[in-house]
Amino acid sequence: MAIRSKKTQWVENKLLLFVLLWIAGSVCCFVPAANAKDVFANDGLHDPQGPSFNELQRPDAAFAGFPVDSVGNKVRWVQALRDGIITPRTNIVPDTTIKILDMDLILGNTGDNAYVRFPHRAHTEWLDCANCHPDPFKEKFGTSGIKMGAILEGKFCGKCHGAVAFPLTECARCHSVKPDTFRGKFGVQPVEKH
Amino acid sequence: MFNPLKNTNRTMTPLALFVVAIIVLLSASPVLAEYADVVLNRHAEAEGVRPVIYPHWFHRIRFRCKVCHHELGFQMKVGSNDITMAAILDGKFCGMCHNDETAWGLEHCHRCHSGLPGLKTGIRGDNKAGGPGDY
Ligand code: HEC
Ligand code: HEC
Ligand code: HEC
Ligand code: HEC
Ligand code: HEC
Ligand code: HEC
Repeated sequence: MAIRSKKTQWVENKLLLFVLLWIAGSVCCFVPAANAKDVFANDGLHDPQGPSFNELQRPDAAFAGFPVDSVGNKVRWVQALRDGIITPRTNIVPDTTIKILDMDLILGNTGDNAYVRFPHRAHTEWLDCANCHPDPFKEKFGTSGIKMGAILEGKFCGKCHGAVAFPLTECARCHSVKPDTFRGKFGVQPVEKH
Repeated sequence: MFNPLKNTNRTMTPLALFVVAIIVLLSASPVLAEYADVVLNRHAEAEGVRPVIYPHWFHRIRFRCKVCHHELGFQMKVGSNDITMAAILDGKFCGMCHNDETAWGLEHCHRCHSGLPGLKTGIRGDNKAGGPGDY
């Protein structure tokens, strides 16, 4: 190492400290800093010249106080619904029947990956049976020929996951059952006692 | 504890750190379209109005998917519903709610027709999701 004067080292060290603090500060403040900017101003979508540009609600304002996610809308939608933070309407026509099904399935054709737990309850709170049955899923376990490749092409689970529901990068949210600790049978799971 | 004042062995000069910090900040900056926003522009721009932006995030705070995709009959595939202004004014599609009853009425053209010129019909997302098949 080159020999440097005490003074240069002092300046350098102060500079280093400053830069480190600045990085830390900018990382911590990144979220508020992004909020300070208008997220619609250059999202490549909204026209700031549009006469109603300022009337539209911004997602960051709407999501304040919602359970936070790291992907998608950055909102844990299932939790937000369950905790009553949002109460989206189930119907508009008064006599529509609302069907909720509490039935978990475990799917085991996952190669070396963890098995997939499919929860009917979390889905039917948002969706109707007809959104999934008979297309893309047959109403009998193991008969729909689900494959990861097809999911990634937007079929089966990929119809929604990767478009509106949390994206397919989150392998472990679907592949959530460790094979070495799973002792049950694939298919419909016995209803858990709470 | 890391003490920058004692660290004489550092391999990065403050200048290098400065450059890295700039790169980090710049790469984190771009603001992207909100996940699951849908652009509808099959007729709009050709007919002289801005493309339509339909925000899933906004509507799903108020309605479950089943309201639109089951009760009201929206097919779950962008472009598969033949949405035109005439049909909407006739009380179909967006017009099933934007009727001054369930939601504000159709006179607020620019709330729906809010997109930049040249947008293509399709679903938008963050860097991790550009729609099915492009997660
Ligand atoms: C199930 C009913 C329903 C349907 C169908 C519907 N909307 Fe809405 N929409 C609403 C409600 C409710 C609001 C909020 C009204 C309010 O704030 O008073 C809204 C608000 C909006 C907003 C304003 C968002 C903001 O930032 O304030 C836009 C834009 C919009 N809708 C576009 C559309 C488009 C485009 C369609 C058709 C593709 C559509 N909507 C279909 C119920 C609906
Ligand atoms: C939305 C839920 C979901 C997500 C997210 C997901 N998978 Fe899958 N995966 C499935 C389902 C369902 C199956 C089929 C299981 C069955 O049929 O028994 C599957 C099957 C597989 C298989 C078995 C081989 C095949 O072709 O079917 C592999 C390997 C796999 N997934 C890897 C991954 C990886 C890696 C990721 C993350 C990049 C991922 N999965 C994300 C649901 C998901
Ligand atoms: C988000 C999609 C989705 C929704 C919504 C959904 N299901 Fe399913 N369902 C599935 C999948 C996936 C399977 C397994 C298919 C396979 O293994 O081939 C399944 C399987 C089933 C089975 C077969 C179980 C067995 O014993 O073999 C029944 C019954 C069923 N669903 C009923 C319903 C009912 C009733 C509703 C509405 C209340 C509903 N489902 C809503 C995805 C869904
Ligand atoms: C018709 C649309 C649709 C399909 C098809 C679908 N999902 Fe989902 N899924 C959703 C929605 C909506 C949510 C709510 C969370 C969100 O929006 O991010 C969800 C949530 C989940 C969750 C989280 C549940 C929780 O308690 O947090 C899992 C796990 C999941 N899906 C797995 C699957 C698997 C596996 C498949 C295929 C077998 C599948 N989904 C198919 C729409 C769908
Ligand atoms: C609730 C949302 C909404 C409102 C409000 C609305 N539109 Fe539209 N408009 C649409 C949608 C969705 C389309 C179809 C977009 C596409 O695919 O090009 C459309 C299409 C159009 C088109 C293209 C031609 C056609 O028939 O499809 C014109 C022109 C148009 N709108 C004018 C207007 C005018 C003028 C107003 C105000 C009086 C208005 N719109 C209000 C949603 C809306
Ligand atoms: C207020 C009405 C409304 C609600 C609520 C709604 N959607 Fe949609 N959805 C639409 C419209 C409009 C389109 C675009 C249809 C078109 O282009 O023809 C769409 C398109 C889609 C698509 C197709 C995406 C593609 O790439 O092809 C999926 C998947 C979808 N919605 C899933 C959902 C899920 C899951 C929910 C609930 C979390 C939901 N939607 C809630 C109105 C709605």
